[in-house]
Amino acid sequence: MKSTLEIKGLKAAINGTEILHGLNLTVPKGEVHAIMGKNGSGKSTLAKVMAGHPDYEVTGGDVLLDGKTILGLDPDVRAREGLFLAFQYPSEIPGVTIANFMRAALNARRPEGQEVDAVEYYNELYKKMDLLKIDRSFTSRAVNDGFSGGEKKKNEILQMAMLEPKYAVLDETDSGLDIDALKIVSHGVNSLRGPKMGILVITHYQRLLDYIVPDVVHVMVDGRIVKSGPKELALEMEKKGYDWVENLATV
Amino acid sequence: MSEATTLEKPDLKIDQDEGNFSYPEDYAFDAGTGLTEKTIDYICEVKEDPDWVREFRKKALRIFREKPLPTHWASKDLENIHFDDFRYYLSKGAKPKRTWDEVPDDVKRTFERLGIPEKERAFLAGVEAQFDSEAAYSNIKKAVAEQGVIFVGSREGLKEHPEIFRKWFGKVIPTADNKFSALNSAVFSGGSFIYVPKGVKVKHPLQAYFRINAENFGQFERTLIIVDEGAELTYMEGCTAPKFDSVTLHSAVVELVAMKGAKLQYITVQNWSPNVFNLVTKRGLAHEESEIKWIDCNIGSRLTMKYPGVILKGRKARGEVLSIALANNGQHQDTGAKMIHAADETTSNIISKSISIGSGRATYRGLVHIPRHLKGCKNNTECDALLINTESRTDTYPAIVTRGEGNSVQHEASVSKVSAEQIFYMQQRGLSEGQAMSLSVNGFVNELVRQFPMEYSVELKRLIDLEMEGSVG
Repeated sequence: MKSTLEIKGLKAAINGTEILHGLNLTVPKGEVHAIMGKNGSGKSTLAKVMAGHPDYEVTGGDVLLDGKTILGLDPDVRAREGLFLAFQYPSEIPGVTIANFMRAALNARRPEGQEVDAVEYYNELYKKMDLLKIDRSFTSRAVNDGFSGGEKKKNEILQMAMLEPKYAVLDETDSGLDIDALKIVSHGVNSLRGPKMGILVITHYQRLLDYIVPDVVHVMVDGRIVKSGPKELALEMEKKGYDWVENLATV
Repeated sequence: MSEATTLEKPDLKIDQDEGNFSYPEDYAFDAGTGLTEKTIDYICEVKEDPDWVREFRKKALRIFREKPLPTHWASKDLENIHFDDFRYYLSKGAKPKRTWDEVPDDVKRTFERLGIPEKERAFLAGVEAQFDSEAAYSNIKKAVAEQGVIFVGSREGLKEHPEIFRKWFGKVIPTADNKFSALNSAVFSGGSFIYVPKGVKVKHPLQAYFRINAENFGQFERTLIIVDEGAELTYMEGCTAPKFDSVTLHSAVVELVAMKGAKLQYITVQNWSPNVFNLVTKRGLAHEESEIKWIDCNIGSRLTMKYPGVILKGRKARGEVLSIALANNGQHQDTGAKMIHAADETTSNIISKSISIGSGRATYRGLVHIPRHLKGCKNNTECDALLINTESRTDTYPAIVTRGEGNSVQHEASVSKVSAEQIFYMQQRGLSEGQAMSLSVNGFVNELVRQFPMEYSVELKRLIDLEMEGSVG
């Protein structure tokens, strides 16, 4: 069995406009890959299409999780198969506490009648919260309701830590974070790195990659990956800007 | 969007069998269909009513016939009620049961279907459950009886405790209050009579368990609760109904009296099948420094019209209505609250939450009245509506009449929607669409439900889950 998240010639459109024009990318388990790209290059679209957002239509190609296609599956089935998306703009769920939400998500992965043990669950939750330097009172707050930008992103990483996905896609997790929050969030992600998980970090800025150091960097322009390379590529992008790769795209 | 396209929503289906209960019937007494003086005589004879009750019923029948349907302000759907097609009295013909062992198996099965845990069933020792018109199970917890609390069916109440019963019966809600209170007054049977003596604080909530189980059978409970000076009581009423193809009518009257310094809480969680007309009149009379609180959860039914109210008669009396209404496809929940301030320094609080799913419609209708001569009165009204689909409908008709100075009213209303993004977010965490919606709805009502007794909040959550499971395709 393959241990990769593989995107093959993926084409996707919204409202009849094609955004992804045949995108290729493979993230092996145990590696951290980064996608860099300007606003409008299709980065967030890629994340949403992989997760199965109903607004997008896949017009070609495939997305394979450990060799099996996930296209056509409902978003919740993809999630239970092991795909996690840390949202750029996480939704608020008024009245639903983080503790209840996470427990419901964990129970959804188990057979009926075998719900998570409450004591074990809280032990696990508190352990992960300590790791992310999150105050205990956090669990009784409604999911993302009235959260600061930093709190929202910490909450995303907390959920990732609790759900232990096979592959995680982090969509602009650095946006809206001050340097302290960025360090904490990065520390959380780094602690989850390991042979059991493949991580795809999507970002606009190189700054995040100082803290979450990727194994491979991909540059995305106009719905395609135009250049891939080692972590140093991120620094090069920072220096030279996106203009020089855009020329590559048109070649 | 036109009416036709609103109704054709293919991705929203309700499993009509979900949550419906039906059991074989064996009725020793049956008044037949239709409503005439003869029906009243029949009921009086079977129930061995005293003469004053017979006269009360007959007068009520005349008023019922004279009063028009309130279709000038309420739903035209009321015109679809064919009063001649109903049976107005059915009795099991059995004496009220005393022990749990004697409770019919089908009633126990309904408890089971609702998932009430074994321990809680045992806890239901203070239960008064009704099988159709008569109490099928009536067991006053020993401790309660020892405190001098009277907890019986309305029939026993009027016969054995006339000195208290007659003093208040029909006084909080006069027969002529509305067409349906008149109907109830004519044919009432079943319901509870409770009297809590001065200073007695009833620790455990008393519970009634109602259900309907006969086609074309209207159920007309009559409940009267009096909590004397400084006494306290919580009363819980739960309803589930089996499903039938033709229309079922339910029209109860509930009267509450809280004497000076008393506290009375009345809790209802009902889950009617989608063919039931549920037209209920509920009102409390709060004397000086007393408190009456209605907690009212309405799920199911074809049309529910219910506006629990409190008449704040004594100085510093306090009234509260906390309500949740869930209108699924084809259902109309027309609910609200009435607060009639009739003394200085009285306060009232109304919190209403409604959920509309698919073509379901939730209406809030409120009345807050504070006359000019009063001082230091306060009202707070909050109504929040949650729409699950764009074609769902919600309306709010708050009528707040405040005159005079030194009285204050606050009114807040909000309408929110469960967005596709919110559902997608939850699905991305592994929850199915139904689970996601369920969680959103439970979140919406969560703050309010936290004020309910534990067992009721659990049951309500289950009912919401059941409704939401059935509402996604």
